[in-house]
Amino acid sequence: MKSIKQIALGTAVALGVGFSGLATTVAQAEDANYVPLLTYRTGPFAASGIHIANGMHDYLKMLNERDGGIGGVKLELEECETGYNAQKGVECYEATKGKGALVYNPYSTGITLQLIPKAGVDKIPVLSMGYGLSAAADGSVFPWVFNVPDTYWDGASVVIKYIGEQEGGLDNLKGKKIGYIFLDAGYGREPIPLLEQLAEKYGFELLQYPVGVKEMQNQSSQWLNVRRDRPDYMVMWGWGAMNPTAIKEAVKIRFPMDKFIGVWWSAGDDDAAAGGEGAKGYKAMNFSGVGSDFPALDDIKKHVVDAGLSSTDASSIGGTLYNRGVLNSVIIAEGIRTAQELTGKKVITGEDMRMGLEALNLDEARLKELGLAGFAHPMKVTCEDHAGSHPVFIQEWDGKQWRQASGWIEPMTDLVRPLLEAAAAEYAEKNAPWPARTEPCPN
Amino acid sequence: MFYREAGQFKTSYKADQALMPILQDRVGLLVILAVAFVVIPVFANDFFLTSIMIPFLVFSLAAIGLNVLTGFCGQLSLGTGAFMGVGAYAAYKLTSIFPDANVILMVLLSGVFSAAIGAVFGLPSLRIKGLYLAVTTLAAQFFLEWCFIRIPWLYNYNASGAIEIPHREAFGVVVSGAEATPIVRYFIVLGITALIAYLMANVLRGRIGRSWMMIRDMDIAAELMGIRPLQTKLMAFAVSSYICGVAGAMMVFFWLNAAEPSSYSISLSFQILFMVILGGLGSLSGAFMGAAFIWILPVFLKFIPGTIGINVAAETVEHITFMIVGALIIFFLIVEPHGFARLWQIAKQKLRVWPFPY
Repeated sequence: MKSIKQIALGTAVALGVGFSGLATTVAQAEDANYVPLLTYRTGPFAASGIHIANGMHDYLKMLNERDGGIGGVKLELEECETGYNAQKGVECYEATKGKGALVYNPYSTGITLQLIPKAGVDKIPVLSMGYGLSAAADGSVFPWVFNVPDTYWDGASVVIKYIGEQEGGLDNLKGKKIGYIFLDAGYGREPIPLLEQLAEKYGFELLQYPVGVKEMQNQSSQWLNVRRDRPDYMVMWGWGAMNPTAIKEAVKIRFPMDKFIGVWWSAGDDDAAAGGEGAKGYKAMNFSGVGSDFPALDDIKKHVVDAGLSSTDASSIGGTLYNRGVLNSVIIAEGIRTAQELTGKKVITGEDMRMGLEALNLDEARLKELGLAGFAHPMKVTCEDHAGSHPVFIQEWDGKQWRQASGWIEPMTDLVRPLLEAAAAEYAEKNAPWPARTEPCPN
Repeated sequence: MFYREAGQFKTSYKADQALMPILQDRVGLLVILAVAFVVIPVFANDFFLTSIMIPFLVFSLAAIGLNVLTGFCGQLSLGTGAFMGVGAYAAYKLTSIFPDANVILMVLLSGVFSAAIGAVFGLPSLRIKGLYLAVTTLAAQFFLEWCFIRIPWLYNYNASGAIEIPHREAFGVVVSGAEATPIVRYFIVLGITALIAYLMANVLRGRIGRSWMMIRDMDIAAELMGIRPLQTKLMAFAVSSYICGVAGAMMVFFWLNAAEPSSYSISLSFQILFMVILGGLGSLSGAFMGAAFIWILPVFLKFIPGTIGINVAAETVEHITFMIVGALIIFFLIVEPHGFARLWQIAKQKLRVWPFPY
């Protein structure tokens, strides 16, 4: 029984040490801007999450290495593993918010929903780049949440617009069947209200094929239904292991791949490659650059990846999801820079960051300066519009890599915007008393 | 020597039948309560309260709930997560139907719905036992989870399919929603958990608890001695589901603030079951110890390297945590298959005879 005594003693000592560490807030460096990165490199969504995490980390790390941070102040980066799990995400949030966090990028609609009410209370903005709550684009109701450059509703309207173009006009959608296969979670259900509205307006039939998180890798029943229903087009809102499975199944039932369109999160290189030769022609929306032919990405390779400061595999630089992560970090970095300009401070707070993001103006000249000319559509955030409803393009898989297959397609802002405002008002009403906006507008 | 009741004489039956007849136990409990109600609120920071203490108490309560059913009545259940979900959705609907009512009351009331549903799914337990019963409770898990996803009325037709907890006040303080301070939420969770644990401690050693244990140990013998299996088993299901339902409602109201159906998935059921098994079947203190082991240890391991300044990649920490916790589970189950509660009992015995073990 001596061993048990030792174990008990050892555990007690370890617990004591740990708790004393937890109880005292970690002294933070005074001369750095702290950016926590909620990432996931484990779990069923890791296949997508790793590329995003690498992209986000590498760009910010590169700024540290190449320029010594932003405005002469280094960035202090810390990754916290969420595993795409809302509980762990909140845990990461609670663990890091006390260290002077500037902004949160949850990379999960579930975690975003939990952080939205907290953002205004803790005065730390949430940047959900192209995901999360669509209604959060209404900056007058959600001053602390940003979803540049697009909401899911923008994306859904672009898909329908693109399909309309293929059919020779939106009026020709009448009587067509459009299938919608989605991850049955907050993420996949987010665009349904808009799609239903569009279905009513243009007279097409919307067929829904939900895929539960547990059955992501076994979608044969959904695709059996697809084969029976014979939709004219398929639209996918998938993530993680769901994407390659869906593409494989589509190939298996010989669904015409050029009529299969994914959201920007179903646009990973590994996702499409899983379908093999048959996946040729698969399309996906995108708003971040294709390929690695950008000076900033070369800098990342030189200063970070080749220097061994990252776990990125050099061949994955330039992949869709990697570039998406880079774009996310570009927005963070530009937000910090704008905040520094607005406040004149070097080390900023979450409140300053909110102003910086709200005054974000990423025009073509600036993108060129960053070494990312043509990497994204110019973005301008206003106090009312936190998404910007920016155009997206369609890319096509040619069997080996993604190729841009269309110009920039504007979302149907006239249709989406009133719905967004209505949804924002409804959210505020449901969560009454939702605090009214008191934050001044920096523009 | 340290834990010896010699010399503690009882002069009345009442004193002899007290919940804790031994002085050391009473002192120990008072110390624990003092730490929980005074020391932790005074010294702990927000992270400690929201990410460690609140979830720990919620899981402890859920583990008590499952322990009533599995540990005391011997009915294996894999539907705990779903019963917790019923409590959460019921409390959510109640607060949206009665926005002015006290949230704490609603949370306590939500358990009634969970109890009713638990009793319905407990009906098969009259005919089937053991692993077969686990399968029918598994059906409850999947069916209820399906309801949480497919019945939009349950989540007020929210586009994202999640329930979001509104801002509510009780007794003049904000108790739910984002503005609720961790300390307020902690006190509510602690109060409810302590209250239910106290009630259960009394129920379990009384007539009802004993009848559950008779059913567990040998149901035919229990029947011959006049215990009615139908009522007893269903009562165990109802009480267990009530406690789990309250725990589930507290989970979303005072800890997470928003929940998707996946928060109440089968993995939650397993998590609670592991807490019960590791803590010790048929032991209330075991429920707390099991919850501490399954919830606090991984959080703790995850944030240790950062706090003591070792720079390890986040995913490596996650992997190492998985391995350590897994290895420890196997280790403890080999050392003591009856869980931490039994280990604690052995330790008490050692303390009693120390320093002259025999």
